Amino acid sequence: MTQPVRGGMPVILRLPEVLRADNARTLPPLRLSLWHGAALGGFVLMTSIAAGSATGPVPPASVLVVLARWTPLLLRGFGFNILISFTAMAIGTVLGAFLGLGLISVSRAVRAAAWALTQFFRNAPWLVLLFFMIYMLPFHVQLGGLGISIPDWLKAVIGLALPVMANVAEVVRGGVQSIPSGQWEAAESLGFTRTQQLWEIILPQSIKRMIPPWMNLYAILTMATTLAAIVGVSEVVTLAGQVQAAEGNRTDLLAPLYGYVLLFFFFYSYPIAWLTLRLERRYAVRL
Amino acid sequence: MPGRFDPAPGWTPDQPLVVIDDVHKSFGTVEVLKGISLSVHKGDAACIIGPSGSGKSTLIRCVNALVPFQRGSIKVLGIEVKDPKLDKLRLRKHVGMVFQQYNLFPHRTALQNVMMAPIKVLKRPRKEVEAEAYKLLKKVRLDGKEHAYPGELSGGQQQRVAIARSLAMQPDLMLFDEVTAALDPETVKEVLITIRELAEEGMTCILVTHEMGFAREVANHIYFTDRGVIVEHGPAAEFFSSPRDPRTRAFLSQIL
Repeated sequence: MTQPVRGGMPVILRLPEVLRADNARTLPPLRLSLWHGAALGGFVLMTSIAAGSATGPVPPASVLVVLARWTPLLLRGFGFNILISFTAMAIGTVLGAFLGLGLISVSRAVRAAAWALTQFFRNAPWLVLLFFMIYMLPFHVQLGGLGISIPDWLKAVIGLALPVMANVAEVVRGGVQSIPSGQWEAAESLGFTRTQQLWEIILPQSIKRMIPPWMNLYAILTMATTLAAIVGVSEVVTLAGQVQAAEGNRTDLLAPLYGYVLLFFFFYSYPIAWLTLRLERRYAVRL
Repeated sequence: MPGRFDPAPGWTPDQPLVVIDDVHKSFGTVEVLKGISLSVHKGDAACIIGPSGSGKSTLIRCVNALVPFQRGSIKVLGIEVKDPKLDKLRLRKHVGMVFQQYNLFPHRTALQNVMMAPIKVLKRPRKEVEAEAYKLLKKVRLDGKEHAYPGELSGGQQQRVAIARSLAMQPDLMLFDEVTAALDPETVKEVLITIRELAEEGMTCILVTHEMGFAREVANHIYFTDRGVIVEHGPAAEFFSSPRDPRTRAFLSQIL
């Protein structure tokens, strides 16, 4: 006798089929284990030693020495990646939260618009969005008497924030929809308004279920910040290229150098992936 | 509470509290209610029984506007539920509902579950509401469990919190939608006792139930529905002792 159709709130159940699909709703989870880090570390060491034993007319500096020498610079570049990821995540989360609420709006028009926006930015290649922003955004805007220049890295942040926004919207919608419809019904029959139902009853319960996919999104975004290298932002990959050039484009440096950069990302992402997995298990849908 | 009771103009207490008149309801092309009419007076306990899928739950969901219906009329204290300009909040101040799955708010304690609606919806002072909530939980025999979360309570206890939560809105009518169907047999009784006490105190109730023994004991009027129509109805004693319709007889012989 209980039926899933709730006429009073034609909200969630009448979305297009694509939106209802339970799979492919959020990005695939990042699964990292310590083993990956160990393998990567081993790779860097081995290639370094192999490169160091290479003979030549002038014995080149040991690769490990080269890596150590450039570590401060590379770390500074990596810090820039983190900065980009933080900023893009913050902007994307704020925008995505609104967009996600749009996806579950009672208004059909709002829902449709939010849906179109979400689908567009979720399915567009990140790099294309990045290029789009780099070339479309002016590098200087005149606001009245105030001139503001937009540096490349900020454009990259905006370019990355757009897909983040769309994915956060999906996370919000998924979290809200994971709450049984009986919660809406109970709240509605007690006289709560739609806004109260959402803020008092539904969101407090769903927010913790949104955290693991949101963190996973962040880890993926962090790795995607290297895309900014292509548009000339001096983040870690750009700097690694410059290090390579400064060392006379030694080919034996390539593998350990980029392996070393990969290690940075591993050590940053691993704790996030680990925590995500733990939280996911803890907040697994229980009724 | 002053100012709480606001029936539609023209409604007087000698009229039925609920009048359901020729209600038709379809889900897509499936018509689940095919012209249901019944009325419930103040202090009545009306039981709706019948096979699964006969539209019982749908009917009481229509009464508090949880689901819309296509044709007919439902009036609660003279307030027309079908009215497109219906003030749902006004209707729901009069109507409490208890669900099969309890639907307690899991992120709030028993006490908070009871207090939320009076504070947020009726905007009543917290102190006053809190004192009442303690009384209500005592009434459903859950004193001592005020600060337990729903997940820490048994099904029967949760359902009694749900009853207290509805009562906190001081409704004139209570709807019970198969409230014992999800419970363990040993906890069914404690919930039924609570409902019986309510009915005895004069609370107007509409119950959808599969508990025939309970229906017989508590209800003063029984409606038997099948495939979207009321097949037979009558005073409880009469209905159970001498059912007239063959469908009713078949159903009762299966159940009892």
